[in-house]
Amino acid sequence: MSQTVTPYLEMSQAIMEAGGEALKKCYQCGTCSGTCPWTPITHFNIRKLVRYGQLGLDGIEDFMWGCSTCRFCVERCPRGVEIIDIVTAIRNVYSGGGMLPQSLRAFVGSLSARGNPWSGDPARRNDWAREKYPVYAPGMDYLFWTCCTVCYDPRNTRLAKAAAEILNLAGVRWGMPSPDVNCCGESLRKVGDAELFERLKAKNLDYFKAQGISKIITVSPHCLATFSKDYGEDFEVVHLSELMAQWMQEGKLVPKKDFGGLTVTYHDPCYLGRHSKVYDAPRDILKALPGVTFVEMERNSEESMCCGGGGGGLWTEKAKGERLSDLRIEEAMGTGATVLATACPYCITMFEDSTRTLNVDGQIQIRDVTELLLESLEISIDEPVGDACAV
Amino acid sequence: MSRIGVFVCHCGLNIAKTVRVSELAEFAATLPDVVVAKDYKFMCSTPGQEMIAHDIKAHRLDRVIVTACSPLMHEQTFRKVLAASGLNQYLLTIVNIREQVSWVTHDIDEGTAKAKALLNGAVRRARLLAPLTSRVIDVNSDVLVVGGGIAGIQAALELANTGKKVYLVEKNSTIGGHMAQFDKTFPTLDCSACILTPKMDSVLQHKNITLLTSCEVSEVKGFVGNFDITIRQKARYVDHTRCNACLACTEKCPGKAVSEWDEGLVKRKAIYIPFPQAVPQKPVIDRDACTFFKKGKCRLCEKVCEQKAIDFEQQDTFTTVKVGAVIVATGYDLMDTRALIQYGYGKYPGVYNALEVERLFNSAGPTGGKVTLRDGKEPQAIAILHCIGSRDKNNYEHCSRVCCMYSLKFAHLFKEKTSADVYQFYIDMRAAGKGYEEFYNRIIEEDVKFIRGKGARVAQSADEPDRLVVEAEDTITGKFIRLPVDMVVLSPAIIPRGDAKDIARLFNLSTDRYGFFMERHPKLAPLSTMSEGVFIAGVCQSPKDIPDTVAQANGAAAEALTIVVKDKMELEATTAMVNPASCCACQNCVRVCPYGAPFFNEAKGVSEINEALCKGCGLCASVCPPSAIIARHFTNDQVLAEMEGLLEF
Repeated sequence: MSQTVTPYLEMSQAIMEAGGEALKKCYQCGTCSGTCPWTPITHFNIRKLVRYGQLGLDGIEDFMWGCSTCRFCVERCPRGVEIIDIVTAIRNVYSGGGMLPQSLRAFVGSLSARGNPWSGDPARRNDWAREKYPVYAPGMDYLFWTCCTVCYDPRNTRLAKAAAEILNLAGVRWGMPSPDVNCCGESLRKVGDAELFERLKAKNLDYFKAQGISKIITVSPHCLATFSKDYGEDFEVVHLSELMAQWMQEGKLVPKKDFGGLTVTYHDPCYLGRHSKVYDAPRDILKALPGVTFVEMERNSEESMCCGGGGGGLWTEKAKGERLSDLRIEEAMGTGATVLATACPYCITMFEDSTRTLNVDGQIQIRDVTELLLESLEISIDEPVGDACAV
Repeated sequence: MSRIGVFVCHCGLNIAKTVRVSELAEFAATLPDVVVAKDYKFMCSTPGQEMIAHDIKAHRLDRVIVTACSPLMHEQTFRKVLAASGLNQYLLTIVNIREQVSWVTHDIDEGTAKAKALLNGAVRRARLLAPLTSRVIDVNSDVLVVGGGIAGIQAALELANTGKKVYLVEKNSTIGGHMAQFDKTFPTLDCSACILTPKMDSVLQHKNITLLTSCEVSEVKGFVGNFDITIRQKARYVDHTRCNACLACTEKCPGKAVSEWDEGLVKRKAIYIPFPQAVPQKPVIDRDACTFFKKGKCRLCEKVCEQKAIDFEQQDTFTTVKVGAVIVATGYDLMDTRALIQYGYGKYPGVYNALEVERLFNSAGPTGGKVTLRDGKEPQAIAILHCIGSRDKNNYEHCSRVCCMYSLKFAHLFKEKTSADVYQFYIDMRAAGKGYEEFYNRIIEEDVKFIRGKGARVAQSADEPDRLVVEAEDTITGKFIRLPVDMVVLSPAIIPRGDAKDIARLFNLSTDRYGFFMERHPKLAPLSTMSEGVFIAGVCQSPKDIPDTVAQANGAAAEALTIVVKDKMELEATTAMVNPASCCACQNCVRVCPYGAPFFNEAKGVSEINEALCKGCGLCASVCPPSAIIARHFTNDQVLAEMEGLLEF
């Protein structure tokens, strides 16, 4: 490849018009790349991506998919650059030109054809509930927004069921979405398909309006973040962990089971922590479980490591040695914890994959905070293992 | 019937670009009482002024309106034209169509329309203006300097050498400021104490300087030429007129406190002098650390003091001085970097801030000038991290300006005093000063490693728990750097002193968003403030190095001198007055005035206004229920006429 390049400012203009306005602000100090969890382990370099964008240079397509939108760089950037907007805009401009990688084509295709990223049959979206739980009807307190991943991914249906049981125990009137809703579209937007995102969003908003929905509970921080930031409508959206912490404080949920000295650490999902600034609620829950010893990893809260699943990462394959989830599992095990708790279905999927590929699934369990709380309330979700639900 | 002339300035294209100036002049000619209206490219130029002077005579004008830039720029210019033409200067009206019109729009239609509205109002008001006579007041020839760092020292000495009497107020027990903490100064590497202490001593010896250490300004009254400054002398518990500085007390004292002078790296005694060359070299007692004050017994210092100088009964005292001008030179602090958790300051002992390192180099510092870590070991590798909290939207947006240079100085001193490898993590090297680029080149040749990438994180080393690891991207190679070091030096944002906001309130100074004092004009009045007679110098205005600080101090001294060199000065005639026949004695005016000008005359049962204090702001007039207060030049009739003119349009 020639080392001689000519800036192609039309391309940088296109990126700015696609939402990457912040390109202009960057002074290339390297705080982002020095902070980015990928820099030490892959050839992805977020600063370079922005630089290529500023000058409209070729070659950007080689590394534009590396970002998992964890927001660590944005929080640290001394110029206040919304770096994720730049990444999204670059992907938008290039994926429009047919540059979408193979692994993401199935993801986008499924969203386009079926409204969910898992090639699931839309009619079977609520099969996980086995008709135990109600569909939302006007007048209920909350819509429990079941993320596509907790509906279709067999492991994560356990999280959906745990959440449903908790909602019942808390005594709120709630319902699931009707099966014809779409994916919230968060990851799709980060992959750069703004047009399809708008389609998915419009249909969901129509549904919210038709049902008169004003309060939404999510278990996925990705749905939470996109509803509160990208949907721009007047409804209240809350992550279940915040409500659970509140209900425990009010005495509505009282943990009973003694975990007998179980050492638990907590991984902050990027979209719950840095994106939504919820750090305390999940910790408050874990610390209140009888017989649980809560330990922190060195990188926690604002400085939490990313699992790698955001920004389309859940659907792309990474080589061994280039997986953040592997590093995170090692860090968690280093604390002596035998349970790595988190509060996001993407994190659960990434970490469970890693425990298997690292061959440590016998040594450390991956649990959602919701599941641990339900266990402490001594409620079983009657889970047949390996329920190949509705795919 | 008045005869008004309207003169519309183009200001080159500054105004003419977004205001149709000839249309504005034509419009002016249609307004009542306007007998001549002209536009001209530069009204402030000599031909422009001559045109106005000519038309005053030719058209027998008795009012002049100039539509141009802010009155801050040229009101005086045009007033002089009126006065030279035999017209009272207060019959001039400036309509600001530059800062308030042409510079705030891109739309020539909007610009022209707003200019017409403002002019319409100005004509209505001008017809009602009355001639006024300026006041002449006596000027006090003394000057107050607040802050005894290098800026305050320099300004005080300059003024004192002209024969003026100076009060130098310093809140600490010694003068010297941050410069006295440094070992060497860039780029010449001359010894800081060697060049500073002669000046400190001159201050002490100078017959024209009253040095007031352990003092703070507690109240400011009056105005330019006639300030009444109340100064609080904090109790030192040592009678400095008796003390002979034998320092036997400091040896015996059992009380301990962290040494502010040594940036908390070591402890000092409860009765102490901050450093050996302190001026005055007389101890004070730190009440919070003193065993006697805490437990009711001890008094060891009193026992050993042959001069009987210890006085536990001493109280704060207040004195008032009269001065004609004030120089504020209150200096800076470093940002508290503990908030930036990624750098581990306050968490890892190996992380230092820049001022701590200055003390490590200093032979009078906690290590006697040896560079050792807190555990006494010499560092093998040192990383200096630039722009910590500076140039950072999340913290302080400004460049702190001296960090690149002192970081280079640190690198040199580390190389000189240790065998450590030294790394600089920087964003941009800024070496714009005389001899600075040459200094940068010199340091490069001393084999300091420059890594172009902002330090992103400091963590404990996983392999060697005693050591630290600095993480960053070297943006030149695009490689992620993980550098094991023993010492990390942060170059934090320079910010105003913690009490700068109080100083601003006392002296009526405006500040920027971070608390740096605002100058009257960034280029042409960089040392003046919006408070007449109050000047600023040094880092309290913005971060700067010693040469620039000294230059500013000299400049501020000259500015202050322009006031105090005269016996008398002319003040604006635009003050308020009370019509005693209408005063309802409510005293609203007394309550609202920020300058303390109105007072209630009990004998007469009415409010009166001390015109010497009045700034003519009109606050009293606006809260006076029976409209007994008249704000000269802004009377109710005049202001209402202007409003009607504006709104009519």
